Parts: sequence; structure tokens; C-alpha cells
Amino acid sequence: MTWDWAFAFEIFPRILQGVGVTIGATFSAFAISLTLGLVLTLLRRSSFKPLSLTIAGIIEFIRVTPPLVQLFFVYFAFDMGPFLTGAIVLGVHYSTYVSEVYRSGINSVPKSQWEASRALNFSPVQTWRKVVLPQAIPPIIPMLGNYLIILFKETPLLMGIYVTEMMMIARSIGAETYRFLEPITIVGFIFLVLSYPCALFIRYLERKSGQIPGSAEKGVKA
Amino acid sequence: MFTNIDTFLPYILGGLTTTVQAFLFGAVLAYSIAIVAGLARTSRLAIVRGVATVFVELFRGTSLLVQMFFFAFAFPALMPFTMSTFIAGGLALGLNYGAYASEVVRGAVLAVPKGQKEAAISLNMSKFQTMRRVVLPQAFRLMLPGLGNNAIELLKGTSLVYFISLADMTFNANILRSSNTSLVSQVEIYTYLLLVYFVLALPLVFLTRWLEKRASKGVSTA
Amino acid sequence: MTELAENLEPAREVIVRYNNVKKAFGNNIVLNDLNLDVYKGEKVALIGPSGSGKTTIIRMLMTLEQPSSGTIEIDGEQLWHKEVNGQLKDADEKHLRKVRGKIGMVFQQYNLFPHMSIMRNCTEAPIHVLGLPKDEAKERALQMLQKVGLSDKVDMYPSQLSGGQQQRVAIARSLVMQPKVMLFDEVTAALDPELVGEVLEVIKDIASEGETTMMLITHEMDFARDVADRVLFLDNGLIAEHGTPYDVIENPQSDRLKSFLGRFNSAH
Repeated sequence: MTWDWAFAFEIFPRILQGVGVTIGATFSAFAISLTLGLVLTLLRRSSFKPLSLTIAGIIEFIRVTPPLVQLFFVYFAFDMGPFLTGAIVLGVHYSTYVSEVYRSGINSVPKSQWEASRALNFSPVQTWRKVVLPQAIPPIIPMLGNYLIILFKETPLLMGIYVTEMMMIARSIGAETYRFLEPITIVGFIFLVLSYPCALFIRYLERKSGQIPGSAEKGVKA
Repeated sequence: MFTNIDTFLPYILGGLTTTVQAFLFGAVLAYSIAIVAGLARTSRLAIVRGVATVFVELFRGTSLLVQMFFFAFAFPALMPFTMSTFIAGGLALGLNYGAYASEVVRGAVLAVPKGQKEAAISLNMSKFQTMRRVVLPQAFRLMLPGLGNNAIELLKGTSLVYFISLADMTFNANILRSSNTSLVSQVEIYTYLLLVYFVLALPLVFLTRWLEKRASKGVSTA
Repeated sequence: MTELAENLEPAREVIVRYNNVKKAFGNNIVLNDLNLDVYKGEKVALIGPSGSGKTTIIRMLMTLEQPSSGTIEIDGEQLWHKEVNGQLKDADEKHLRKVRGKIGMVFQQYNLFPHMSIMRNCTEAPIHVLGLPKDEAKERALQMLQKVGLSDKVDMYPSQLSGGQQQRVAIARSLVMQPKVMLFDEVTAALDPELVGEVLEVIKDIASEGETTMMLITHEMDFARDVADRVLFLDNGLIAEHGTPYDVIENPQSDRLKSFLGRFNSAH
């Protein structure tokens, strides 16, 4: 069997219809990661040991177990429908990584900044809002961007709970026509075309801010 | 609740061998590729660098599940020989995580201070000796924590072989679920499954922690 | 010291020769048409403000940086070039390795191998580059470590030593290779002030033995005066003044050199 261009062109629009769902799921999940990640980071910094240790344990459990299994668990335990389940589970899963990114950003704010805030008699909330976060967030933007891309490439998992994203459509086409080569290659191509320019842009941001490229990417997630 | 542990857990663990095999196959392949591709990306020869870069970007830019489907369903159509599903799954895991891990290797090699190479030159070591005796031993310690994290990611990734019908733990759990459709049973099944993955990941988590601590102490202590 | 330089006069044999050497990084010319002969056994101190090109001079000799144009000869052989049928071609790695064995270098940041013990730091290259038997390499290394006063530290690792001790190991490591020319690149600049003395003493000791040719970049004017046969003052990529330590350090001619030396109290 060889590559069939006519077939490829025929199915391309159909697969493209799934892009919206893929991107929608990516951004919904990312929004959850960003918000929940910050909450987890702050809770983990609590001076109340039982709380911070519990949070650390939960983060670890979510981080090291497969997101696919987490999808199944939530999908069958709660009746939320595929898309919402997918966005929440991926969002929660990656919030554990994002919280680590926030943590590194906050730790990089010099201690003297906290001391200066105290000297100026800022309240804790003011210190966070006006002093710490404005300094902690900008340097970690490229790392957060990396997780956006990783999340994007993780969305084919949603096929496991019947979200009709690109991979799901490609598999259906394969099952109908017994041709997998074209649909799967097309999905891979779309992922590459959408993610690679973003990756290049993030590397540009990283270089501009003088960070080590790729330090926040999969495999170095820490 | 949690009353069926006697029947559910053994059934899930029936897939343990496949999960572990996929992990080991993927890990051996991934780390071999990581070292070759990572070093190739630091090569002075543009062609070597170029080939390695295309490989890494291609496998990072598309998605693991897309790659797994490609090797399992599309690849056989292109090739005159047939490849078992297990090999297809392992290949996808190895190539995908290998591409990520190669970035860890590259980063570690680049993180060895320039002065080390210059010292080797001043002692008239050959390029090969410099790499083998000076750069790699130091880079190796730097890359270990990253590779440890990569192993955790790989273990999670093995659950995707479920999609290509390999009877791993996730696959077995889903078979169980299809015949135990009550909400309580479903929650029970996936809880066990998550716990088994967590227990499998724990040694890797502790190993990685330990390597991180060792690396942060610096490369100088033996 | 001036007398010593004159005494060397009859036996003057050139060991390092720079011929019209230029070095530019992009549009930035760091070294402009350098012509310099260094004689066998001579100790040459290079002084000058940062960015004057002095580091580039010795880094090119160590083959760490390639000249943009011009040639460098070491012990009668081309360094960066190879003579093929009477024509000069860019040297390949094989040629570089052949000639570079005559040169050794001590760095500002010591650059010891952190993953090797002090002994292995000193024996790794002798064993694998010179092909010495292990016992002989160890014996040689021990001798040199004795010379720098650290023979009791052989089993330690660089991180367990002070900066001054690490730098002395680096000197020993270089000596074990028995280079004909030794280069010192601001070897005390990274040290705490109280550790500078011990390193300079070791270098003076080696210098007094006479046979090794040395090129030293330093900001220690007293040291330069004591050790050097000749001092070169570099400014803007050119040798602006040169002569005996007495000529250059005690009797500077140009305003540039005077103001440069004015920054070091030790010069007067």
C-alpha cells in the first residue's frame, strides 16, 4: 500500500474539524493548570505542616500516575461528559507540573525583596500581589509556554473517553476504510505544524531571558 | 466499596508483565537514542547535527499516541514485513521519550564548563579522550536526575499501549470495567490501577530525588 | 634580572615566534599584527589592561583560538599550519596534537577535573596521552606534587582543597607533561588575596630552575619584576612598550603605561 493523495485530500477537511476540539481542550486544561497550579504552590508553602505535606503527597500521586488512567477514573466516576472530564483531568494533571514552575519562580525572588516588603509594612497579600508575583511570573513565562505545548500534544489521550478530537476522527476513518496511513500521518502533520512554530517562539523567549532552552520540557519536568 | 480486591487486583496485575516489558523495552531504546542523538546535536558537523535535530523535532513535535498508531497501523502498510504490536508500541515509546531525553543529554554536555575542555586541550588530549575522560563523566552526573524524571514519564506513557490492544494493566482494567458496570466497581477498579502505577513509580521517584540531591552537591565529590 | 637577560644573549634560540599575527572576532580586532620572538628558557610577562589582547596571545599558542591571519611557530614547527610541498595549509587535528604537546597552560579558574582525585588529575594525561606506564606516571606526578607542596593530598578531590591549593595542583598537572613552554593566564586573579602568595612562590621556584620557557599574564607587578626577563605592555591589540622589567615597570615611557601602572601601588 502506498500513500494515496486523493484519499488524503478527501479526509483532510474531516480531520481538520477536530482541531477546534483539540485546541479548545488544550486551552481549557491550561487555564485550569495555571489557576490550580498557583493554588497548589501557595498551599504547599503553608507553615502548617500537615497541610503542606498532604498537598505535596497529592501532587506527587497525580504527577506520577498515568493521565490516561486518571481520565478513565474521572470519566466513569463522575458524570460530566467527555470534554469537561478531559479538560479537568488534563488540567489537574498538569497543574502539578505548573506548580513546580511557579515554585521555582517564587524561589528565585531574592529574600531581600520579602524583607523590604516587611520593612515597608506591606500586608502578606500586598507583598504577594505587588512585590513577589510581579517578579516571579515573567521569568517563568517560557516554561509555562512549554507546558502549553506539551498539553496540546497530550490531547489525543482524550480519544480514550470519546472526545471527538483529531485522533478520534482519524481512528474512525481508519476503521471505516482500513487505511490508517493517511489519517494518522495527517494528524501528526497538523500537530507538528501547530506546535513547532510555538516551540520556536518559546525558545526565542527563553534565549531573550537567558534561560537554558528546554529546561522545562518533558523529561526534565522537576 | 473496595470489596472485590481479591478478584480485581489479580486481574489487573495480569497485565503487569506487559507494562513492565513495554517500560523496559522503551527505556533501553530511549536511553540509547538519547545518548546518540544528544551527542549528535552537540557535534561540530552540520550534517550530523541536522539529522539529529530533525529526528528530535519530529518526535517531539508530533504526539506519542499518534506515533504509536503510526507504528502499529500505518507502518505495516508501508513495509514489506510485519511487526508485532508490542514492537510497534515499544518503538513509539522509545523514539518519543528518546527524543525528549536527548535534550537532557545535550543540556548536560553543554553544561560542563568550557574550561574543562580547554584544560583537556592544554594536556593534549584527543577529542575522543576529552569527551570520554573529561566531559562525559561530568555530564553523566548532571543528566541522571533528568533521565530519572524521563523514566517516570515513560512509565506513565506505557498505559497508551492500551490503545493498540496490548494487554497491559490499563487494558485489563478496561476489560474488567466492561463486565463490572456499577459505579462502585468502576471506581474500585481504577483506584487499584492508579495505586499499582503509583507503587511502580515510587522507586523511580526516590531514585530521581536521590540523584537530584547528588547532582546539586556538585560533581566534585566522589 | 637585567644582567641575566643579557647573559642569555649568546645562546639565544627562538622557541616561539609570532609572525604578523592578527586576531579579530567579527569586526572587533583584538590583536593587530603581532611580531614576537620568545627565546628558550625565557620568562616573558605580559601586562596590560583587560581587552588589550594579552590573553589572546597565549590562547592562540595553546591552540584554543585560531589566528585570523599570520603564523605562529613553536620550536621550529608551524603551529596552526602544515607545510605541504612548501605551501602552508591549515593544520589538521593530527598536526595540532603533535605540536601542542610542547605547550602547557595554567588557567585563571584552575580547571581541575572535579571528578578525579588529585593524583588522577595529574596522571590521566601522562597515561593516556604520553602513554606512560601507570607506576611511572604516578611517580612523576608525586614528584611534581611534592614540588608544589601538596604530596599529602593525592587522594583528595579538587573541591576539598582551597583555591590556592587547587591552582598549585593545576601547575603540577601541567608540569607532569613536561612542556617546553608554559603559559600562565592570570593564575592568581581568581584567588583570595591571602592565597596569592603561595601560588606565586611555586611559580618563582619553577622559574628559578631555568629551563622551562614561560609566558605569564599577571597583574602582580612585584611578581613580574622578580620573575620576568622581559615585560611586554599590551594596549589595544599592540605591544606598546617592551623591555626589561626595569625599563617597563620602573621607567614607563608612555602616559598609557604610566596610568596603567599607577593602578598598582606595588609598582613604585
